[in-house]
Amino acid sequence: MEHVELFFKSVFIDNMVFATFLGMCSYLAVSKKVSTAVGLGAAVIFVLAVTVPLNWLLDQYILKEGALVWLGEEFASYDLSFLSFIMFIATIATMVQLVEIIVEKFSPALYNSLGIFLPLIAVNCAILGGSLFMQSREIPSLGLSLTYGIGSGIGWFLAILAIAAIREKIRYSAVPPALRGLGITFIITGLMAIGFMSFGGMLTGGDEKKEEAPKVEAQLEKEKATETEKEIVAVNTNTDQ
Amino acid sequence: MGLLSKKDTALILDPLADNNPITIQVLGICSALAITAELKASIVMSISVLFVLGVGNVVISLMRNIIPSKIRIIVQLIVVATLVIIVDLVLKAFAYELSKTLSVFVGLIITNCIIMGRFEAFALGNGPWRSFLDGIGNSLGYAAILIIVGFFRELLGSGTLLGIPVLGDPIEKTGLYAIGYENNGFMLLSPMALIVVGIIIWVQRSRNKALIEEA
Repeated sequence: MEHVELFFKSVFIDNMVFATFLGMCSYLAVSKKVSTAVGLGAAVIFVLAVTVPLNWLLDQYILKEGALVWLGEEFASYDLSFLSFIMFIATIATMVQLVEIIVEKFSPALYNSLGIFLPLIAVNCAILGGSLFMQSREIPSLGLSLTYGIGSGIGWFLAILAIAAIREKIRYSAVPPALRGLGITFIITGLMAIGFMSFGGMLTGGDEKKEEAPKVEAQLEKEKATETEKEIVAVNTNTDQ
Repeated sequence: MGLLSKKDTALILDPLADNNPITIQVLGICSALAITAELKASIVMSISVLFVLGVGNVVISLMRNIIPSKIRIIVQLIVVATLVIIVDLVLKAFAYELSKTLSVFVGLIITNCIIMGRFEAFALGNGPWRSFLDGIGNSLGYAAILIIVGFFRELLGSGTLLGIPVLGDPIEKTGLYAIGYENNGFMLLSPMALIVVGIIIWVQRSRNKALIEEA
């Protein structure tokens, strides 16, 4: 349940693009065609799913205050969290390079479709942002950090897919010349972000209902039960008479 | 302009308008949007970027002949990350409240495309002095947009500038509020940053037709 909740939260409510504006540069630059957008989106999901759990481990066992305690008691007071930027970005850059090599070796077809985008991803703020948010939101376990990585990746994927599809269609519309291209994309993204804000109530609203709903149902059932009991009693008394 | 030749002045002035990093080169948008709800945050962010880009450009330019081109991205990232850690620690020490508002976005200067973009496009091919000017110019262009967006969002959203009320008191109903003006809380929400930048692009391109993209 925890996983499902975090997943939907990271896909819709805290959507990388619409709520925190991460990865906007590649979002704007690579969203002219749906096919390339899908390629980059898939690569982002993949890299986020690898780097967020990896950086979680780094954070938990090396960087956090007192994380080095597994080395011995005297390391318990060390706080290396000021190094987290450099550690995270180094992990990301290395992982991206590694992923590129592995994909090239084992799946040339996928490599050809992702090829150009993989190196771009190292400097996509969505990737580093994923790790930094993982750290600042204090995600409690490795499994949850994996869910968070995949969820944020899918959220980013959805966003770039949607804007690419809109940009393909918008070519047939009469956009004012000065807004053509970048300007209209900004405004559309703004409108989409307003739309995504409506997901904000999804989880909290659900929780409130969940608390209320069983009560109401239980009450109804109780009432029903008492009613049927009464009826039975009534019937019984009737027959007795 | 004894110190700056004509070419050097162009390096600083071009990014302010016709080659603006945000509205024309489409670099460094993420942070520009996320932290502009207050003017103060935008100014601090601009200064941080000014420092990182100015110093980073010089460092990369000095090292440009010894960096093997295959690992240059990692080298660049390490240089930026070091500078950003300095900025982050300074902010935490002297402006703790503000560093809380900026949260992860200080860290995200590392992946701010403006920085990598200028390293790749300029510092790797030019000398330190020209790279420094280029860095200053581009971060000033970035700062200009951030400050414009921050100004309008804070003014229309909460009726203040740098935290000082300028339109009167909304509770006491003085100043503009006396004649029924209301703050537009919507301006403080993140989607409006996108729309404000969209409008800036619209204005800029209507004034300079050469910038209009072909359909």
